[in-house]
Amino acid sequence: MQLDDLYRRVIMDHYKNPRNRGKFDDDAVTIELNNPTCGDRISLQLRVRDGIVEDARFVGEGCSISLSSASMMTDAIKGKTLDEALGMADRFSGLMKGEDVQFEYDDLEALSGVSKFPARIKCATLAWNALRKGIELARQ
Amino acid sequence: MNAAQIRELFPILRQEVNGHPLVYLDSAATSQKPVSVIEALKRYYEWDNANVHRGVHTLGTRATEAYEGAREKAAKFINARSTQEIVFTRGTTSAINLVALSFARAVLKEGDEIVLTPMEHHSNLIPWQQAAKATGATLKYIPLQEDGTIRLEDVERTVTDRTRIVAMTCVSNVLGSVNPVKEAAAVAHRHGACILVDGAQSTPHMRIDVQDLDCDFYAFSGHKMCGPTGIGVLYGKKELLERMEPVEFGGEMIDHVDLHNATWKELPWKFEGGTPIIAGAVGLGAAIDFLEQVGLDEIREHERRITDYALERLSEIEGLSIYGPRRHRAGLVTFNLGDVHPHDVATVLDAEGVAIRAGHHCCQPLMRWLNVTATARASFYLYNTEADVDRLVSALLKAKEYFGHAIG
Repeated sequence: MQLDDLYRRVIMDHYKNPRNRGKFDDDAVTIELNNPTCGDRISLQLRVRDGIVEDARFVGEGCSISLSSASMMTDAIKGKTLDEALGMADRFSGLMKGEDVQFEYDDLEALSGVSKFPARIKCATLAWNALRKGIELARQ
Repeated sequence: MNAAQIRELFPILRQEVNGHPLVYLDSAATSQKPVSVIEALKRYYEWDNANVHRGVHTLGTRATEAYEGAREKAAKFINARSTQEIVFTRGTTSAINLVALSFARAVLKEGDEIVLTPMEHHSNLIPWQQAAKATGATLKYIPLQEDGTIRLEDVERTVTDRTRIVAMTCVSNVLGSVNPVKEAAAVAHRHGACILVDGAQSTPHMRIDVQDLDCDFYAFSGHKMCGPTGIGVLYGKKELLERMEPVEFGGEMIDHVDLHNATWKELPWKFEGGTPIIAGAVGLGAAIDFLEQVGLDEIREHERRITDYALERLSEIEGLSIYGPRRHRAGLVTFNLGDVHPHDVATVLDAEGVAIRAGHHCCQPLMRWLNVTATARASFYLYNTEADVDRLVSALLKAKEYFGHAIG
């Protein structure tokens, strides 16, 4: 078991300096999600206009994997259509299964090591589950 | 007792995990099983397996004797007055649910009080929340001291004549605090209330005497005390259990059945509908034999030594915070390593072959009380040694170094 497979430098960088951390004070789509098995929490906000994610922010409590995943995700979905964001969430699920997938926002590929640590997959997917809910809400 | 020799009786502990000899420090979640328990399960399935209380054939008789023999062992183990007071359940959770459901159906009314503590495991919290919702009863909480202990005067202040039941854990699975359950039982009884004691974390580690505690109900699980999963015990005072209606209905628990009505078997079988967890009970019996052979007082003393040593060594780690009381505590230590999330700590420890628990430990209200979202916990049992604590400490130092560089 190689810890460095899990905790790559880019992950630690997102953990230490999370992007898009904070809250909008307008009527952005807001999703609160927690991981009942471990207590991790995320509050994700999406500012969606004409089917495009214009901006995203999050606040949360969790481990390095869950917070860095949220940081990367909020960066990656900016400027994407809801369909593209959903496609990204699907590809991220594939990444967690050990599939060889690519992202335009290539920091995400650093999380591929998580697939070798089954107990930590739910940490990495928390933000993405929030995103799926957010896309559903935005479409209503 | 010699923990190093005892360890040899646990086959699972002989393995390497991630290239290191396994150090198992998660017994508060579930304990490992000695070879005698594993053999008892194997022997039961290879020789005695049959359904109980039915067949006239030899295997049926043997299975029944094994199952009821385990009940006798459990009764003696906690000093119940008779085997009628020992109901086999799936574990502590289903034992507590049985009492809560029964109280919700027959005892609790609007305005009645259920008294709990904020340190309860979800299993001794949610059943009472549900009972309160169903009946209009109110939940009241005995406040905790800053170190996570309970003062008797706060029990006295919280319990009133409107209290119908006090439900309290004997040992906190997070704080390790040992609660004054005997004194709390006296307070409850003075007000005409019952007391249920959650014994999941106490029964494996210390001598329990339900008559001395004078508790009305006492629940525990087999798997935390060297037994198999899926078996537990609800102890209840006979006069109370007699007044309670079963919550599960079906075969095995009935006396007479016609097309429209049925009557129940006598205690304890009226609470054991369906084919029971026979092998589980046999395994629990073997676990009780094993613990008695080692000696509960010896186990408690051993854990006290290990825990004192762990507290001492862990205090040497700068930035590590320990939760719960320093004195009079059970064999577990809950902590956080600076700002490093407990999941990350546990992953680094696992890479070093050290198994600990990380998360909210099924105690979300207590986590909020501690003002944390999660904690790490190392818990000890009779097979742990000082060397295990040393491995824990050196793995924690590695975690600190690893994340020190990473987080800065």
